[in-house]
Amino acid sequence: MSDYILEMRGITKQFPGVTALDQVDFQLKRGEIHALIGENGAGKSTFIKIITGVHKPEAGEMYLDGQKVDFKSPREAQEHGIAAIYQHSTCYPDLSVTENIFIGHEKIQKGTKRLLWKEMHSKAQALLDELGAGFDSRAQMGTLSVAQQQIVEIAKALSTNARIIIMDEPTAALTRRESEELYRITEKLRENGTSIIFISHRLEDMYRLADRVTVFRDAKYIGTWNLSEVTNEQLIMAMVGRKITQMFPQRKSQIGEEVLAVENLRRIGYFEDISFTVHKGEIVTLTGLVGAGRSEVCQCIFGLEEYHGGRILLEGKEVKIDNPLKAMSLGIGYLPEDRQKQGLVLDWEIVKNISLSALDRYANKGWLNEELEAESALQLAQKVNVKTNSIFNPASSLSGGNQQKVIIAKLLNADLKLMILDEPTKGVDVGAKAAIYEIINDLTSQGYGVLMVSSEMPEVLGMSDKIIVMCEGRITAAFNKGEATQEAILEAAMKKHAAAGA
Amino acid sequence: MDERKITGHREFSLKRFFFQWEWMLVLIFIIINIINSFLSPYYLNLRQLISTTATFLDKAFVVLPMTFVILLGDIDISVASTIALSSVIMGVLYNLGVPMAAAALICLVVSTLCGFFNGYLITRFKELSSVIITLSTSIIYRGIAYIILEDQAAGNFPSWFSFLGWGELGGIPLMLIAFAVFAVAFAILLHKTTFGRRVYAIGNNATASRFSGIQVDKIKIIIFTMVGFMCGVTSLFLTSRMGSTRPNVALGYELDIIAMVVLGGVSTAGGKGRIGGAILAVFVIGFLRYGLGLINVPSQLLLIIIGALLVTAVLISKIRMNVKKVRTVPSDIKQ
Amino acid sequence: MIELDKIKPKKWQGKGESLTRFRELGMLATIVVISLLVQMRNPNYLTFENINDLLTNTAILSILSVGMMLVIVTRGIDLSIGSVLALSGMISALAVSANPNLHPLTAMLIGTVVGTASGAVVGLLISKGGLLPIIASLGMMNVYRGLTYMISGGRWVSAYQMPESFKYIATGRIFGINILVFIAVIIYIIAFYFVNYTRTGRQIYAVGSNPESAKISGINNSRIYFLVYTIMGALSGLAGVLWVSKFASAQGDTATGYEMSVIAACVLGGVSMAGGSGKISGIVMGSILLGIINNALPLINVSPFWQQAIQGVIILSSVIINTVVKRRVDKNNLMRRKI
Repeated sequence: MSDYILEMRGITKQFPGVTALDQVDFQLKRGEIHALIGENGAGKSTFIKIITGVHKPEAGEMYLDGQKVDFKSPREAQEHGIAAIYQHSTCYPDLSVTENIFIGHEKIQKGTKRLLWKEMHSKAQALLDELGAGFDSRAQMGTLSVAQQQIVEIAKALSTNARIIIMDEPTAALTRRESEELYRITEKLRENGTSIIFISHRLEDMYRLADRVTVFRDAKYIGTWNLSEVTNEQLIMAMVGRKITQMFPQRKSQIGEEVLAVENLRRIGYFEDISFTVHKGEIVTLTGLVGAGRSEVCQCIFGLEEYHGGRILLEGKEVKIDNPLKAMSLGIGYLPEDRQKQGLVLDWEIVKNISLSALDRYANKGWLNEELEAESALQLAQKVNVKTNSIFNPASSLSGGNQQKVIIAKLLNADLKLMILDEPTKGVDVGAKAAIYEIINDLTSQGYGVLMVSSEMPEVLGMSDKIIVMCEGRITAAFNKGEATQEAILEAAMKKHAAAGA
Repeated sequence: MDERKITGHREFSLKRFFFQWEWMLVLIFIIINIINSFLSPYYLNLRQLISTTATFLDKAFVVLPMTFVILLGDIDISVASTIALSSVIMGVLYNLGVPMAAAALICLVVSTLCGFFNGYLITRFKELSSVIITLSTSIIYRGIAYIILEDQAAGNFPSWFSFLGWGELGGIPLMLIAFAVFAVAFAILLHKTTFGRRVYAIGNNATASRFSGIQVDKIKIIIFTMVGFMCGVTSLFLTSRMGSTRPNVALGYELDIIAMVVLGGVSTAGGKGRIGGAILAVFVIGFLRYGLGLINVPSQLLLIIIGALLVTAVLISKIRMNVKKVRTVPSDIKQ
Repeated sequence: MIELDKIKPKKWQGKGESLTRFRELGMLATIVVISLLVQMRNPNYLTFENINDLLTNTAILSILSVGMMLVIVTRGIDLSIGSVLALSGMISALAVSANPNLHPLTAMLIGTVVGTASGAVVGLLISKGGLLPIIASLGMMNVYRGLTYMISGGRWVSAYQMPESFKYIATGRIFGINILVFIAVIIYIIAFYFVNYTRTGRQIYAVGSNPESAKISGINNSRIYFLVYTIMGALSGLAGVLWVSKFASAQGDTATGYEMSVIAACVLGGVSMAGGSGKISGIVMGSILLGIINNALPLINVSPFWQQAIQGVIILSSVIINTVVKRRVDKNNLMRRKI
């Protein structure tokens, strides 16, 4: 009984229209790292928010050290020694590191309630030093890198003397080296007796760290296993609920003439000396760690950012692309990485989202023809198989995978030669992933050239005709289909450019 | 997997149709007119009602493009100063012997340039909010007006010029006709063209709009320039009605204009609202003022009523939205 | 690991600090340069009397900017302050004219209470009603202005109706320095302590910097919103009494449009409209810079009609220069990045 520091029984949480958690159980031992996995929308984030007192469950009980607790606010959870590090950094960019660490539990003088800055600064610095951070506690939070901010969040959790630390996708935005650093810190926390709940999409995080693993699926609890006693297949089966055969369908596309050639492209501070080509019917994938400059290259090609050197050739002719409109008129389409912020107008109907990038097609001298618009949007939505009952539903009502399909439909609106797909399956569940791969393959067979950015190894290996690896703004390796191995790509992705020059 | 049918026809929803802010305004408008006609026997006189529109329509010309600005999620505080500057320049030029028609044309050019300058600064320095930029330019524009005319007045305009503000065609004030023409033009621009659609897109999500190939900067500059031009139009009518001009004309107009747009149901967060609401709001406030004037209610009370109307109107729409949200929650959930 | 411990890398201080410092130094330099130039043209400028005058004229503006800074730090704006100032000034003026024996401190208290209540209404609309600050304060601006006219019946309260003791608030001196300046300095000190050394003060910055995480950290956002508008109201109320005492007249249209000058002082003082940042030292300098322009121009025989335009140009160029410098810093950081 008292083996568990935290026990949750029969937790149910409902939001308007959806059940986010349905009778979920969970047990956390003292001093363990417990991985919590599941597809997007399985209810992991909601679950965390219930533990930390942000949401109140409709049903279920929560026990801390065998005592029943009922948190009414995040502060109460904090007082019970529960701290969370959220997926998106929840920092205050305008405030100092010290303040970020101590917000909510500042050190104050008894009586006058004056804030004791000196004490806080030195305590914060001590925590940072303990974690091996190389920055000052007086630095402004907004000037730190994501990894550094992550360390501050951990220091913040430590400063509350948390017994349970919850990490929600902490490695999502980190490079491999930074992730290693985080693993080290996490293990150190475990040695000190802290219990950790670790949520991650990366299975490797889980294998590297966790003692036990719990799987959620479709808002339900599926099971908990000791990591040493479970196979990868079992876990994936538990997560997906079905076997995935044929994730990457066989493709017989004809590789045709050159569509895009990039020569020695350079953008100050982001990338240098980038050259590659994309042919008709070909999928070229840019891979590497987050922050290697892959998306920036694509955004330059699409005219969103300016470049400072090199040439871009489209079908052999040099083009100067200085805005997205120009890029689109030249036949380049771009599927952005962040579909909610960059891809969609969430409040808008699906129709309007699909037509947005090609409004002039549905207009005569600026006059919109809404019938034509709806007709064509319907066709496109059917073509990519968007799952909805009406194209007049708002985009926000769709799941991640279907939102992505809407953006693809939006690209298909224009006559394109080249599709740039920036992390097309990021945050999309497994079922929808397969559907999106199907669509991409369909595109290549119709003769589109595809330039893809991806961080997911199976996707990179399974989809690409050509793999280009970038590291810190330079190309460190290129492979043809079949030549690449996971190890070789990883090595190139972490290679410093000094080595690349040799 | 399941093959669901997607429909491509918009279902007409009676509930949605009546659940619009504009109906609220229509209701307020009707109530005002009923109360007014009860309170004053002189109120219900159609001719009188129509010709009284000329007393409040001057700023309404700027309400139209201001709707676009607020839909973008921006704001333009400099409109009153733009009106003052263009009016002062016109008056001074006329008094220096420039023909009235030329002076009026220059008035429009000046105001358009003022608007363009705002748009240029806002797109060139995106880090700065439109509040800061138009606040600074508003101080500058009115400052220039003061430099030009100091505490003097310019005027003595020719009689044809005063016809602009006072004249009627078939019993209908010239100003009302002009406003109707502009209102229709702006309504079409916003609701029937690609330009309008793009304005809404930018107001909802500027990043996604840029990624969709919309030239956000160009559209912003066009809109701020339009605001400038319409300030010039207001300036013409206002100056014509007043017969003379000073650097402190149109003081505080910017807030009146913004208030009308917001009362019309256009959200200052951008992307939501229609121009019809803003136009209705112009008449709601206008007739309210006229009716209260007839029964000798001090004009100060009107300020209180307008302020309270603005706040309660937005409050009600907030509450209404919350009600809508609660209704969509399945009934078995206790909130 | 041992090596890492030995080599202590130079700690990353962040570029945010240096930018703020640049801004403050820049403003200080502008003040000094303008002062020297004016002094060369007119030696009467840097005299005790004139500086006392200058500070007296700046006091009310700077008191209001303290409140406005707190509001802008939470990403808000308050357009109602000119009206609140007029309303509380009018009520306190009516009180003293009806009751000449009223102690000036009581008059100040009356004004402050009226202001606090007015600010609290705006705060309630924003924190509980969920209205956008620009709308709530715009609406209430009209209401308070209307109330001011109604209460006064459209009449003025003029100098002869006010007892000497009341006018003394803004004309009296302690150690040769105007009382208004003292009041302003006391407010700066309290505000400085409040925003830097109290939890609530820091929570204002936290809410402005990231409202979402503030909620998660257990900060009661709506309490903070309510608080800043109430403080703003209280300061406007106090400023109303000081204004009426200084100009010895209370009118319906007192301080119309003054909110824009206050916002301008904050912007000039480096308060970011995006929220989360702003310093007392900055807004004090911003107010003084605006005050200097008003004070110095007549001394060097510039027509007072140039004042407004010059002010506007200075505000616009200051925010533009700041942006350009920040861009340059960012670009240099990029250039230095090794690829």
